[in-house]
Amino acid sequence: MDNAICFLLNNRSVTLQADPLRSLLDTLREDFGLTGAKKGCGEGECGACAVLVDGRLVNSCITPVIAVEGKTVFTIEGLRETPRFQELSRCFAQAGAVQCGFCTPGMVMAAEALLMRNSFPTEQDIRTALSGNLCRCTGYSAIVAAIMTAAKEGEGLWPASFDPGI
Amino acid sequence: MLEMKSISVPAGRLDFSEKMTGAAKFCQDLRPHGMFYAKTLRSSKPRAKIRAVRLPLLPDNVVIVDWRDVRGKNIVPIVTDDQPFFARDQVNYIGEPILVATGPNPDELRKIIDSIQVDYEELPAVLTIEEALSRTSDIIYGDHPWFVSYEYLKGDPDTAIHEAAISVEDEFHTGYQEQAYLEPQSMLAEQKDGVMTVRGSMQCPFYVEEALMQALGWERTRVRVIQLPTGGGFGGKEDYPSIPAVHAALAAIKTGRPVMLVYDRGEDIMCTTKRHPSCIRVKSHLDANNHIIAREIEVLSDAGAYCGLSGVVLQRMIYSVPGVYQVQNLRVSGRACATNKVPSGAFRGFGGPQAFFAIEMHMEHVAREIGVDPLLFRKTHFLRQGDLTATGGRLRSPVELEAITDSVCTLSDYYEKRSTPKEPGGKLRGIGFSAFFHGCGFTGADERDIISARVRLCKGEDETVNLYVSSAELGQGAITTLSKIAAETLDIPLSQVLCGYPDTGVCPNSGPTVASRTILVVGRLVQEAALKMKEHWDEAFCETESHFRYPGGFSFDKKLHTGDAYLEYAWGANVVEVEVDPITYSCNILGAWAAFDIGTPIDTTIAAGQVHGGMTQGLGYGCMEVLDMKAGRPLQCSLTDYMIPTSLDVCKIDFRFVQSESVLGPYGARGMGELTLVGAAPALAAAVENAIGKPVTQLPVTSEYIMELSRHG
Ligand code: FES
Ligand code: FES
Repeated sequence: MDNAICFLLNNRSVTLQADPLRSLLDTLREDFGLTGAKKGCGEGECGACAVLVDGRLVNSCITPVIAVEGKTVFTIEGLRETPRFQELSRCFAQAGAVQCGFCTPGMVMAAEALLMRNSFPTEQDIRTALSGNLCRCTGYSAIVAAIMTAAKEGEGLWPASFDPGI
Repeated sequence: MLEMKSISVPAGRLDFSEKMTGAAKFCQDLRPHGMFYAKTLRSSKPRAKIRAVRLPLLPDNVVIVDWRDVRGKNIVPIVTDDQPFFARDQVNYIGEPILVATGPNPDELRKIIDSIQVDYEELPAVLTIEEALSRTSDIIYGDHPWFVSYEYLKGDPDTAIHEAAISVEDEFHTGYQEQAYLEPQSMLAEQKDGVMTVRGSMQCPFYVEEALMQALGWERTRVRVIQLPTGGGFGGKEDYPSIPAVHAALAAIKTGRPVMLVYDRGEDIMCTTKRHPSCIRVKSHLDANNHIIAREIEVLSDAGAYCGLSGVVLQRMIYSVPGVYQVQNLRVSGRACATNKVPSGAFRGFGGPQAFFAIEMHMEHVAREIGVDPLLFRKTHFLRQGDLTATGGRLRSPVELEAITDSVCTLSDYYEKRSTPKEPGGKLRGIGFSAFFHGCGFTGADERDIISARVRLCKGEDETVNLYVSSAELGQGAITTLSKIAAETLDIPLSQVLCGYPDTGVCPNSGPTVASRTILVVGRLVQEAALKMKEHWDEAFCETESHFRYPGGFSFDKKLHTGDAYLEYAWGANVVEVEVDPITYSCNILGAWAAFDIGTPIDTTIAAGQVHGGMTQGLGYGCMEVLDMKAGRPLQCSLTDYMIPTSLDVCKIDFRFVQSESVLGPYGARGMGELTLVGAAPALAAAVENAIGKPVTQLPVTSEYIMELSRHG
């Protein structure tokens, strides 16, 4: 049976009729046309589909849409409108952190999730934060360097905070 | 430090913004009106006759496509005519496609596929190289247990062997490696006005075009293939995409709908090509002065159920396996064995990683046997500019192996670490070295005989220049680097050069995006076309083409395997340091260092990306990427079970480019994409060997293997 499900999607409130067990990824991609999040595995293993739900990084392919009822969902399409994205983008470009680009939207969301709760991450913090996002092209070094620079040079963009809890 | 050439200065990727913002449309992101999905029914037996295929009652809007729908030829056009697009009355590996179901609802299609019954009559399957070679009857392919068998000689090995003072012998084994590109195989086929257009994820649009023409039986003018942004290839999207492309196209013809065919991850791992498992035997014969006077090498590769690219991969294995060493007398042979498993194929390095693992470990073992420092031992045998290679080709460009070795050893502090005590805090530390090359471009004269690449440049009135090539952008930076070569040569800003994704309807065939040939061969043609254009720059419109010409003085005899096996070589050396836990036998990579001679880097940031990505894949191959087969079925069919390196598995990688200019490549560039993967695994294996003091002879070096070696080895 389809349910009416409401949530905040990229700061807009949305309602849809859907099978509550439909994956959030399919909902975003097919019902809302937001194709930034990718399906790399559909099994919660690669992070290409990562989005933020109430600020936490989740793999949307294994998240049933009912689980975001009443919550805020933030995708690359929302993030790319922010000054924080501009900073990340500048640093990703400079470091050469994008190759095929298939993992990139998920990586960027992981970076945002990390910097939102820890604006002064160490390299190890960054590596840990990205560990659920696979990248087969870059070997991660450039991505880690890019996030490091964004944290340093983007001071004030992310709330000054350190929350060791994940 | 060399001053950086202007072409090497990072220019920023031209495809950066669309990828960074998530706006880039990959195949799975497209949804043309009325689109159908497709799912594939695959063989569940390694070798069997198909007695019957029993379909359930199908809904009206679900259509089945199988071999009967192939109006042209039911054979994938790749080197050897043996692999069908759809199995007809026999299957030869688990995962072989039998039919495709197409319809509007992917979940429904999955259920339908699961409910189809195939009646098989099982036949005895061949599952390993050893089994293949020991069979005397019921050979699974042709008259031999192998698809191809090659042998070549250099000098007079028999006489030299007779004079040898000492001989050292080794046998090495390597496993599968899965490309694990993040975007699974994806194709979208659409028929309009009698023309079939296929868009999707691929390395070689003209291979796909060829496959469509063959399967559909259509003229070139009725087939068009367009590459979409592609989420990695690494060889896995070299020949394989022909199969899903043809399946999607046949479904589109039968239903009159656009058809999207995207593989599930498990399906992709199970049924697409992988790096060949191998068994390599090396025997070196030395004189009383510790000099290698002869070598005998035998290479066996596990090709799987169809030949595919295995012959070409085997050529690269046997031309690479003598390593970076000058040995006057050689006997090298190779066979690609037929087994009832998923066909092996192209993977970055293309036979090189297995070959260099074997020869580099063997050099370590010989050095140890005769009590000589392994680096010193290597250095006394290094190839030099002007030398003849194993196949007797002349090394025309500079060969800077000494400088490369010294560079990586300084960077890694190799000598100091190699000589210090190995057990800080109970952990066993070790450091290992490897030296290697990658031959750039197609083998022998195939760039002339098979590919014959062309590129085109067009200048419009507004002074923008359109660059037309068939080189695919896979993340490696083809669009950016080729555009840079055009801009630099024409002396115009990069923003004035426009280069899109290849489209066979528009672009000339500049060949496939493989074999580290994009810069060396296609880039050179772009430079030539740009030079021609420069002469006519004042004309309002100007179009120039450039065609590949085989360089003067080069030659190759394919039958005898003699002459210039490759147009150019790129060189490298790696050092890896590890720490092995003597209780759990887990192996932690402490550092990885490299020096490469890729000639002039065309954009240092993009080149650095190739180094980090390639070495990470090489380290994964070396110690963690395990794909086992049981009864012909892969045991690791997800990204949880088939583990590729995560951000936590990768250590710091530090590298230098030792630049000596190629005589052929544009701006002195050689090739680089594959080189970066080749040397990591042998350096890692040598480090483990150094740590535990037992000879390592197999890849990947897992903790289970280290335990086995430590306890029994
Ligand atoms: S697609 Fe969701 S984790 Fe891979
Ligand atoms: S850039 Fe290709 S997977 Fe990360």
